[in-house]
Amino acid sequence: MKKSNIIMLIAALFPLALFIFPLWNITLEAPQYPTPLGMNIYINDFADANPYDIKNINLMNHYVGMKYIPEAIPEFKIFPAGIIISSLIGLFIVFKGNYKWFLGWFILMVVLSAAGLYDFYIWEHDYGHDLDPKAIMKFTNPDGTVMGFQPPLFGTKHILNFTAHSYPRLGAFFLGLGIATSLLAYYVGLKTHKKTLKV
Amino acid sequence: MKQILKVSVGFLITALVFTSCNNDKSSKSNSALSSSAAEKVYVAPGEYDEFYAFISGGFSGQLSVYGLPSGRLFKVIPVFSQDAEKAWGYNEETKPMLNTSHGFIPWDDSHHPDISQTNGVVDGRYVYINANNTPRIAKIDLTTFETTEIIEIPNSAGNHSSSFVTENTEYVVAGTRFSIPIPQRDMSIKDYKGNFKGALSFLKINPDNGEMAIKFQLLMPGFNYDLSHPGRGKSHGWFFFTTYNTEEANSLLEVNASQNDKDFIAAINWKKIEEYVNNGGGTKVPSKYAHNLYSDETHTATSTMMDEVLTVNPLDVPGAVYLLPTPKSPHGCDVDPTGEYIVGNGKLSANLTVHSFTKMLDAIKNNKIDGEAYGIPILKFEDVLAGSVVQPGLGPLHTEFDGKGNAYTTFFISSEVVKWKLGTWEVIDRKPTYYSVGHLMIPGGNSGQPFGKYVLAMNKITKDRYLPTGPEVTQSAQLYDITGDKMELLLDFPTIGEPHYAAGCPADLIRANSKKLYELGKNKHPYAAKEDADTKVTRKGNEVHIQMTMIRSHFSPDNIEGIKVGDKVYFHVTNLEQDYDVPHGIAMIGANTSELLIMPGQTETFVWEPKEVGVWPFYCTDFCSALHQEMQGYVRVSPASSNIELSWSLGEDF
Repeated sequence: MKKSNIIMLIAALFPLALFIFPLWNITLEAPQYPTPLGMNIYINDFADANPYDIKNINLMNHYVGMKYIPEAIPEFKIFPAGIIISSLIGLFIVFKGNYKWFLGWFILMVVLSAAGLYDFYIWEHDYGHDLDPKAIMKFTNPDGTVMGFQPPLFGTKHILNFTAHSYPRLGAFFLGLGIATSLLAYYVGLKTHKKTLKV
Repeated sequence: MKQILKVSVGFLITALVFTSCNNDKSSKSNSALSSSAAEKVYVAPGEYDEFYAFISGGFSGQLSVYGLPSGRLFKVIPVFSQDAEKAWGYNEETKPMLNTSHGFIPWDDSHHPDISQTNGVVDGRYVYINANNTPRIAKIDLTTFETTEIIEIPNSAGNHSSSFVTENTEYVVAGTRFSIPIPQRDMSIKDYKGNFKGALSFLKINPDNGEMAIKFQLLMPGFNYDLSHPGRGKSHGWFFFTTYNTEEANSLLEVNASQNDKDFIAAINWKKIEEYVNNGGGTKVPSKYAHNLYSDETHTATSTMMDEVLTVNPLDVPGAVYLLPTPKSPHGCDVDPTGEYIVGNGKLSANLTVHSFTKMLDAIKNNKIDGEAYGIPILKFEDVLAGSVVQPGLGPLHTEFDGKGNAYTTFFISSEVVKWKLGTWEVIDRKPTYYSVGHLMIPGGNSGQPFGKYVLAMNKITKDRYLPTGPEVTQSAQLYDITGDKMELLLDFPTIGEPHYAAGCPADLIRANSKKLYELGKNKHPYAAKEDADTKVTRKGNEVHIQMTMIRSHFSPDNIEGIKVGDKVYFHVTNLEQDYDVPHGIAMIGANTSELLIMPGQTETFVWEPKEVGVWPFYCTDFCSALHQEMQGYVRVSPASSNIELSWSLGEDF
């Protein structure tokens, strides 16, 4: 097998690590939580960072009228399917395609990841802004609008007594690594191709 | 003239200033509070203490948990006395824990906590502690810091030479202080001598869960068995008990039990007796006693009435029991970390007597018997004596060891702790206590490996040591640094009840195992409601069972109707929280019981018997959350004749 195809094989397999490692993590710190509350987001599950964290996040958030974090969302079916299909496509082009297809796969993955992030942002926005009108505590921004409690998509943000951190985890790094590796496969393929032409 | 006046006024002021200075100095601080002492006991906010100290509450019946060196109180674990704060002995779940063959007993006198051991080192799994008055031994689980077992000791009275564990927690021992007729019967008190017996009970410990079972009771002559300690290392397999009143007096003991020049330390080869019992030896006798167990899964205690124990006559096991003559009513019976020295703290003796285990074995081997008491061989004093600490103080009570070859003995009458050297018997240092010290404790002191950094002296009297609080003032504990040649008093802090004795160990042994909550999924309480859908109210005749939940910040249900005057209403309340340190409480107006204080994942029950028609509120008693004040509910009580159906609700729109 060509060197570029071997690299592409690795690239196509990397995203499957998302089935083992979490994609994202949101951590909430507050003085009363010396062990912070945390949620690991997998492509098919919301999981406690420590036992009962999600239950306790829900308990905190109900005071400001936020919905409970759902047990399951449609994305938990769509995302795994998306990953499996794109990996299969990747594997297909490893064996059947040439290096140009590698670039195609790279673009496909960038688009899919961007779409996933956008979807995540939409969910977060809804989670932070669609509040129960009978919320126990209602907060307004200085400009008089209703305060939202959306955690950051990426980074750290102060929300009332909590400091919220939202960062990618190992699964996301593997996905990113897979995407980057496919680009590498493309360049290696391109180089080899040019070399062959010269000869 | 003016000049003279000025000078004399100035002199007077100077004199006053000096006098007041002197007063300050002489009052108390000449002893401790140098800045270095303060630094040694200072544990900064948010930092942890190095040691746990489990200090018994004596007549409070409980066990307190302190940190050392700070002397900060963390928890009072209810053991033998009802505790309305924690509903111990008030809620339906824990009432069986205080059941005995005499029925429910709300109080006792808790004396000697001892931590379980593995290979002669404290392991931080359980604390065992004795009830002195109605003889019992309790087990405290150090993952929950709750009392999870209490076993009654039959044929025993004044359960004082208890509850010390052997070096692998094979046994916990419960010896009787008062001898009594066994079995109990109607007889003249004057016929005590020769007829009463002293039962020494050996409780076998289940190594998996720490549970106790009475393996055998050794029926000894009718002396008073005051204190005891296990052999360790080379003397593992033996147990030593001090005795007094070998005169067998039954009245005015302060005089009549102080006549003999020597009483005894009874040396008991429990391994030999265990073997005898395992081979079918001993006599089963009818004896009623309660065995109470608390389950962390059902959150409920059960009390089982047992009906017989196995007794052993020491004469039936030759070579198992010897008496070591020991001067003048010895109190504490303490064994050094090597197991060689057995200290008899003869409380009316001028000298402190130390026996040698090696010499004792030698005397037994060479049959150096110097008489007998009721058939039990007495060894010759000189043949077993290792040495004496000559005139170390007045009224020796207890000795502990630092593992570096030093012993520390308390003297009640001269109110001091005396440090002396094992082997040379020389006194190294003495420091006063304020006042009248009883026990002392070095963490790991009753083991092969003491952690000899501090000694804690426990005082019976404090008089002027603290701000006065009327006629009744606190008792106290005093912490000394013992890392140097000389002891240094560091701290003096008040305690609960009578700080009778204590057990201590490095905090690291326990801290990581301390549970944060009870898992709701493992709750097997028959009336648990594990989610709102499980909540309900059911009636069986005039008994009403409310299965209620609590979570920040509401009860479910919080409106209940259909209760009638004359009903017996059981509130079974489950705390649905699964977060660390989020207990909720509940109390009902007019309920003739205590509040409940329910930990996350736990279910507890109280009973309310409404006597009047009306709408009666209940509320959360533990400030649980920002909306704690909103955590309340109502029960409608209708006349006995009404036919209002039971109904219950939460949060219906209004």
